[in-house]
Amino acid sequence: MARTTFDKIWDAHVVTSTGDGSDVLYIDRHFVHEVTSPQAFDTLAEKGIPVRRTDKTTATADHNVPTINQHLPISERLSREQVAVLERNCEEFGVEYYGLQHHNQGIVHVIGPELGLTRPGMTIVCGDSHTSTHGAFGCIAFGIGTSQVAQVLATQCVLMSRPRTMRITVTGQRAAGVQAKDIILYIIARLGTGGATGHFVEYAGEAIEALSMEERMTICNMSIEMGARGGLIAPDETTYRYLKGRPFAPVEQWEAAVEAWQALRSDPGAQFDTEYTFDAADIAPMITYGTNPGMGIPVTGRIPAANGSTASMQKALAYMGFKPDMSLLGHRIDHVFIGSCTNARIEDLRAAAAFVKGKSKAPHVRAMVIPGSMRVRTQAIDEGLQDVFEAAGFEFREPGCSACLGMNEDKVPAGAYCVSTSNRNFEGRQGRGARTILASPLTAAASAIAGHIVDVREVIA
Amino acid sequence: MEPFKSLISTAVPLPVEHVDTDQIIPARFLKMVTKRGFGEQLFRDWRYHRDGQPNADFVLNNPVYRGEILVAGHNFGCGSSREHAAWALVQYGFRVVVSSEFADIFKNNALNNGLLTVEVTPEVLHEVFSVIERSPAARFEIDLPEQRFTILETGQEVHFEINPFKKQCLVRGMDELDYLLSLDQDISAFEQRQITFA
Ligand code: SF4
Repeated sequence: MARTTFDKIWDAHVVTSTGDGSDVLYIDRHFVHEVTSPQAFDTLAEKGIPVRRTDKTTATADHNVPTINQHLPISERLSREQVAVLERNCEEFGVEYYGLQHHNQGIVHVIGPELGLTRPGMTIVCGDSHTSTHGAFGCIAFGIGTSQVAQVLATQCVLMSRPRTMRITVTGQRAAGVQAKDIILYIIARLGTGGATGHFVEYAGEAIEALSMEERMTICNMSIEMGARGGLIAPDETTYRYLKGRPFAPVEQWEAAVEAWQALRSDPGAQFDTEYTFDAADIAPMITYGTNPGMGIPVTGRIPAANGSTASMQKALAYMGFKPDMSLLGHRIDHVFIGSCTNARIEDLRAAAAFVKGKSKAPHVRAMVIPGSMRVRTQAIDEGLQDVFEAAGFEFREPGCSACLGMNEDKVPAGAYCVSTSNRNFEGRQGRGARTILASPLTAAASAIAGHIVDVREVIA
Repeated sequence: MEPFKSLISTAVPLPVEHVDTDQIIPARFLKMVTKRGFGEQLFRDWRYHRDGQPNADFVLNNPVYRGEILVAGHNFGCGSSREHAAWALVQYGFRVVVSSEFADIFKNNALNNGLLTVEVTPEVLHEVFSVIERSPAARFEIDLPEQRFTILETGQEVHFEINPFKKQCLVRGMDELDYLLSLDQDISAFEQRQITFA
């Protein structure tokens, strides 16, 4: 029977079935961070059991770390203790740990791919919903809770019922100024924030195949924002080219690996439970106006009169200080955040820097660039991007999740508008009362310069 | 985990759609390294004003509504995978959440902590909200072995679906981890036959 990429990977990882609809799925790679792991390690300690496969487990500190002075002890007590607990757990259980200042440290979904730990055909989990990012390589990658983190540490397996499959095909070519972020914000706006619940998504079509690996990661990253269990893109030459020579990529068996990966593509005629098709030519630079990522419009559009129940819509617009039928073009902003596992890879920084070069940010705007990892940061410095950003008045800081979730001191003040390249515009996500407008790195950079929301198509040469 | 069989309780209505886990437990409370102390922070920023005073408009501060059942709008628990959201709901005293849809990761986390998610149709959900609005003292019954949710006021009974394995775990108070640990030999056999590339 013709099978999808998802089916092929799933089938190859079923250890056994419970007999009543759940599969025991073997996990090839487990990423661990400080926030969702302490209670899981405790479970193992209480039961007196080891980590089953330390060679398949990689830990880093990212969610709760400062983005300046990482060479100094973390000043905030609870954050310092949480990071220390991770370090101690990794030492006790023998897990590889990339702590602050380590050259491999960074946001967990940025470092996995750049180190070649993420490879086609794998099953990958992490106690973090944006694990879907790794699907860009043709993986079944999904976020899990802390109970499951303990299960994977102890047994390298999770129990799952097989999700339904969905294919989202994007045909045609996108216009200049339209980035991968705009494509995925458009898709989420069309499907809604729960539109893919219960499904695993495969992205396909000409416009997806044309994307670089960094761009594919941006797309897969936000699968969870429409409720999907995960999202993947079949591996191809772009994938292999990106992976070859990465620190943990196969070397001796490279050819055999590529051959196996090529067989992962969905068979012609493979059936999906749900299908959507969009045309890239219809996609404009996107922004969000509300408090979930499904509340997005083209930057030139107007806020709709309704989206979901009236009460929920009113609550969202009251929080954001917006009204139905309003255009956000030219709306004054206070902050710009370029960072997160969605858009803090080297390509994102290059795109933003190329626009910013020779310009200055608007005086009233605070603009921050947070590289996704130490490697991205080092490369950005080598390429002169740090100088470009700093000359334009942007802060160029050290890696971490930062203002994506505001666990550290990088918060947006109450009431302030922040154009952010991250993935969630939930109430209070970037700080209590903060108003987040999600956008691409280009839109974020251009808005920082202008001091208000701009249509990048108007300002790029 | 305590076994879960049945429950009769009044319910607390939260008719907001797409309640994300950042609202259930804001990120600044995720710095704890134990599972304790999350109940007080449940819905923190909806429950309390910035000055720390309770927000009288929020349902958890309204003495009229009490109970071990939370009834919430569509797509409850979307967003972050933080299990702290389930811990917070359980520690506050909820044992059941009723909605017309749950986000996948949240549902899994809830069930792993003995918090039953009862998924009903949008029509039934609407009816439940109306009943609570008419009479806040209305009681509801959940019978897990029978997979039955009953609006005791009206006698309306609805069937709800639940993953059979999860149901067994809940009814018996059994932990999934123990089950997985019992599969050690199968897992080893899988590891033997899996092909990897170096
Ligand atoms: S950058 Fe944001 S979304 Fe990504 S892992 Fe960190 S907190 Fe989560």
